[in-house]
Amino acid sequence: MVDITIRKRPRAEAVITQRKFFKKTARGKIIKVLRERYLRDDVSCGVLSCTECSGEAVLSLDAHLQHKLFPSGHFILPDTNVFLSQMDLVESEMFTTPMVLLQTVIEEVRHRSLPLYNRLKALIKTEGKRIWVFYNEYRMETAIVRGEGETPNDRNDRGIRKATAWYSTHISSTHRQNRPAVILLTEDAANRRKAEAEGITTISLRRYVEGMINATQLLDLLAAAGSDEIEPTKAVEGRQALYPDYLPTSTLLAGVKAGDLHQGHFNADQYNYLEGSVSVQTFSKPILLVGREHMNRAVQGDVVAVEVFDETEWMAPADEVVDQDATLKNDDADDSGEEEEAVVDAESKAVSTSPSSNKQPTGRIVGVIKRNWRAYVCHIDSTSLTSSNSTSLSLQTVFATPVSRLLPRIRLRTRQAPTLIGQKILVTIDRWGNTSRYPEGHFVRALGKVESKEAEQESLLLEFEVPYRPFGKAILDCLPPEGDNWVVPPKADGNLAWRDREDLRNLLICSIDPPGCQDIDDALHARALPNGNIEAGVHIADVSYFVHPDTPMDSEAASRGTTVYLVDKRIDMLPALLGTNLCSLRPHVERLAFSAIWELTPDADIVNVRFTKSVIASKAAFTYEEAQIRKDDPNLRDPLTASIRLLNSLALKLKAKRMAAGALNLASPEVKIHLDSSESSDPIDVEQKEMRETNSLVEEFMLLANVSVARKIQESFPATAVLRRHLPPPKTNFEKLQDILKKRKGMVLDISSSGSLAASLDRCIDASQPTFNTLVRIMATRCMLSAEYFCSGSVGRDTFGHYGLASEIYTHFTSPIRRYADVLAHRQLAAAIGYSPLHASLHSKHHVERVLDVANRRHRMAQMAGRASVEFYVGLALKGRGEKQGVKEEAFVIRTFRNGVGVFVSKLGIEGLVMFKRDTQFDPDNYTITVPSSTKGLGDVMISVFDKVVVNIEVEKDRNTQRGKVKMSLIEPVDSRAL
Amino acid sequence: MSSRIEILNEGGFRSDGRRQYELRDITIDMSQQGTADGSAIITHGLTQVLVSVFGPREAKMRSQTLYDRANINVEVSIASFSTGERRKRSRGDKRILEMAATIKSTFEPVVQTNLYPRSQIDIFVQVLQQDGGLLQACINATMLALASAGISLLDFVSAVTGGVHSTSPMLDLTALEENDIPHVTVAVMPRTGKVTLITMETRLHVDRFEEIFKLACEAGKVIHGEMRAAIRLRTGMLISAMQSVSQNAGEKEDEQMYEY
Repeated sequence: MVDITIRKRPRAEAVITQRKFFKKTARGKIIKVLRERYLRDDVSCGVLSCTECSGEAVLSLDAHLQHKLFPSGHFILPDTNVFLSQMDLVESEMFTTPMVLLQTVIEEVRHRSLPLYNRLKALIKTEGKRIWVFYNEYRMETAIVRGEGETPNDRNDRGIRKATAWYSTHISSTHRQNRPAVILLTEDAANRRKAEAEGITTISLRRYVEGMINATQLLDLLAAAGSDEIEPTKAVEGRQALYPDYLPTSTLLAGVKAGDLHQGHFNADQYNYLEGSVSVQTFSKPILLVGREHMNRAVQGDVVAVEVFDETEWMAPADEVVDQDATLKNDDADDSGEEEEAVVDAESKAVSTSPSSNKQPTGRIVGVIKRNWRAYVCHIDSTSLTSSNSTSLSLQTVFATPVSRLLPRIRLRTRQAPTLIGQKILVTIDRWGNTSRYPEGHFVRALGKVESKEAEQESLLLEFEVPYRPFGKAILDCLPPEGDNWVVPPKADGNLAWRDREDLRNLLICSIDPPGCQDIDDALHARALPNGNIEAGVHIADVSYFVHPDTPMDSEAASRGTTVYLVDKRIDMLPALLGTNLCSLRPHVERLAFSAIWELTPDADIVNVRFTKSVIASKAAFTYEEAQIRKDDPNLRDPLTASIRLLNSLALKLKAKRMAAGALNLASPEVKIHLDSSESSDPIDVEQKEMRETNSLVEEFMLLANVSVARKIQESFPATAVLRRHLPPPKTNFEKLQDILKKRKGMVLDISSSGSLAASLDRCIDASQPTFNTLVRIMATRCMLSAEYFCSGSVGRDTFGHYGLASEIYTHFTSPIRRYADVLAHRQLAAAIGYSPLHASLHSKHHVERVLDVANRRHRMAQMAGRASVEFYVGLALKGRGEKQGVKEEAFVIRTFRNGVGVFVSKLGIEGLVMFKRDTQFDPDNYTITVPSSTKGLGDVMISVFDKVVVNIEVEKDRNTQRGKVKMSLIEPVDSRAL
Repeated sequence: MSSRIEILNEGGFRSDGRRQYELRDITIDMSQQGTADGSAIITHGLTQVLVSVFGPREAKMRSQTLYDRANINVEVSIASFSTGERRKRSRGDKRILEMAATIKSTFEPVVQTNLYPRSQIDIFVQVLQQDGGLLQACINATMLALASAGISLLDFVSAVTGGVHSTSPMLDLTALEENDIPHVTVAVMPRTGKVTLITMETRLHVDRFEEIFKLACEAGKVIHGEMRAAIRLRTGMLISAMQSVSQNAGEKEDEQMYEY
């Protein structure tokens, strides 16, 4: 059993064993605190050869005789400011002098910066360092109390001096011969002066390092700021406001109305956390907001009011990558109200803008009209913890770093911080006062361990606001009571299901879909007519037969908007019974359909089109590959194959016509993830999606159907038709790409119309780089606006057009199982052909607009969620492929920054950032960056946009937050890891 | 800021310079306090409690008398100046009532109540200063006061608080430590080794419980030694005082005798 003793505290010495102070609580109450302290004589000095102190010791004397100034051996005793400003030096492997670390120093570091404190703690445990922590405040001889009128800083300095003096006498009493010196290292000149007056050996860090044997390497690590500028911590009294106050709401609204202020959504910059922008209608370019103060506490997605500066103050966006995590890693969660000079310095440096000519309207946010805060998926930053002890119940203030780079760190007060490390958690922002640098939030719930599939999946869905709860009972009650056993009732006059339906069961209909597709919502047929023309039909699942307006299922589908496809999961818009069974046009089963049937000439000109509700029985469900093989196999002569060939020939002509009309052939980086098996869902490989002729076949007929339906419903319901449009991109969007192309490749992009753009894109070919054209197409796609649903009565007739498809009208009709807009189009089409009356809600412009707003948003979110899911799996696959050293891939440079380049890895469909730590020469006008070569002797290497490089891709976890991120480094033409 | 203070640092020191198994300074004062039949002031570090015991005496209310044993009545009051934040607690405060009930139930099996039928023993606990380990101080002080009142007890009772920081157990927590880590208070009867009280208001992992429990029992014995020494000292003083009184009385008699 352990030895339990009672410590005695002599009452006579209460002056130094008791401490009384007053403290002010958050509420402003004053509390008197009395603490006692037990002083002891058994705190070990840690010197190996000490005869007085027992216990373990690490400070040895051997091998540290090389210092020029101290030939007889020495220990150093650094002051707090050494750690505050020169942590990098002390952390260096070459800095091996035995060191005495005072408790006072540790506490002071902790008080000044928690991240630095955590680094210091790690340093103590590092192997190879000989650091002895001396608890001077508990040792009888070295404990001191703060004197009357003495600042805490002076008190600590005095304590450090006293401890140094004690060490000297202690060592001299135990070491008669070759007595090692104890040297006080401090950057504070005043402290040095006082120490010298007391007879203590003291020296500045710079002079100490100069005398070391490996001085040349170590001097490099000495931070420049290491002079005497460290001031004692300011009292946090009367925290000054860091941000300007918002204007009152009435002033904001009046200002927006009068045109003095501009209203728009705030967009944070993903590369530079100190910049944001707001797109408004008044200016063709978004308004730039530079610096924290001008962004004034806006969070991604907030609706804000902006005041635009005078044109003389307009700036261009910075061309530098500024990473929040790197810049602010030494920031403290508790005292973020205090401006720490280092941070401000770093930030003001980062804010410096380039002199280039791309000036943009610049302004500042004067108020927030509507906050768009939601719950964010975050990780806890472990360095911001005061105690990582898992049983600790104490309330801690920590940083939560959101997964999305667009969001600021959130301050969080929690009692369970230690258990949340390494977990994905949900955090909501509560407020952001103008005295606090970061928003304050609270913990909502934990999602699970980082990198566990469930947690990642759920966090994705939450991050993109995808509703993923299972369907409720009220919704499931809307399904046919027969469930899976539902069949098309037998054909009979009195049967409602057959009312006004054509019987197309004997047509040779087949469906072509991606492999593993369960929700088959379209099927096709084609046959030659006796008059030489061709009849082609597109049959779409008749979802509106099952989903009636104003039912719980309908409103749920409307709010979900779309089915979301993740790599390993599908979040349905409609219950699975409909999606994968009753509405799915599976082969050899009778299904209800909505058919569009054209009579086309052999040249694919439309003779006429009719729409009808029908009953079909698909004869086969092919994958793209199967259909392709069937079509290409000359031995197959069966009628089904013939009809595929017929469809294909028409599709080719349709496509040619579309291209001639000026449709764009755009590209997006699409990759496919191979999963190991359906259960484990471990990704094993990534490959690019292959495009076959049959893909294009299905696409052409779907486009044809959509366009035909759009014309029909627009004609019947000019005020409320559900349509889709793609606005032509503003010319300014292309300026940069045009400039880059011209300067780097001498190519011209003609953007006067979609046709000319398509043609000039076709000419962007670099013979040496076959993927170059795809790259340009991807970059061009990014310059465009996204397509959107709209209500025909809400916008001008001349803006109906679809830019990308070069069609004057368009809608979505062909995927009602997975898109809600299609369901509406079905209802309108059914009404247009007189099959059923149009529900009242679809006559209301207001209602249609509202539903389509939701659909647009959900559609966008679903796309992003899908992409993020692919990205996650690409990361997993990469990890599987290259456990240690990462994966080497070819990549294209797509953007250059002052301190890095943005690259695109086409094989994996991911984008990444390569950062250079060393200085580079950056030419913003020519989009080039010149970096010194990695092998010595060779000249500098110039990297420019569109260059092909080789990158090494690693997936690494941020040490503090456990946020996984893809880290890229250049291998060719230079090795950036050395930079 | 309390969260800034390390509960147990890497060097094995607690925030007040003690090591894990070191108890705070204990001082015991058993001098007479007013008209009380027995009283004691105990100080554990910065926690100070005064207990006065009255009785056994006739109960004020007939209804409270038990025909076969004494009734123990405990009243606790906490001085408003005992904590840093001045706060007045009323007598009916739930926490105070609970503490009184805990003290009562701790001593019921120890006091030989059957020796004092139809009587009442009043225990008045006054908390003068608080810095963690309040219950432990109350129990220890009550123990001493009962002893000084000369009430028959089966055994000593000594209480101590134990807590666990991460996986390291520690004893006799200060208020700072109590706020941060899970803890239990154990009252043991050191000679028989029985436990009359164990109470826990925080969650503690079941694997850690046994270790802390045993440790607290051990620590109870150490406190017992301290308390016994104090009682001996006090009794010794009283005896020597009584002897001198009786001698003085004898002398006076002699003087009177000589007058004749």
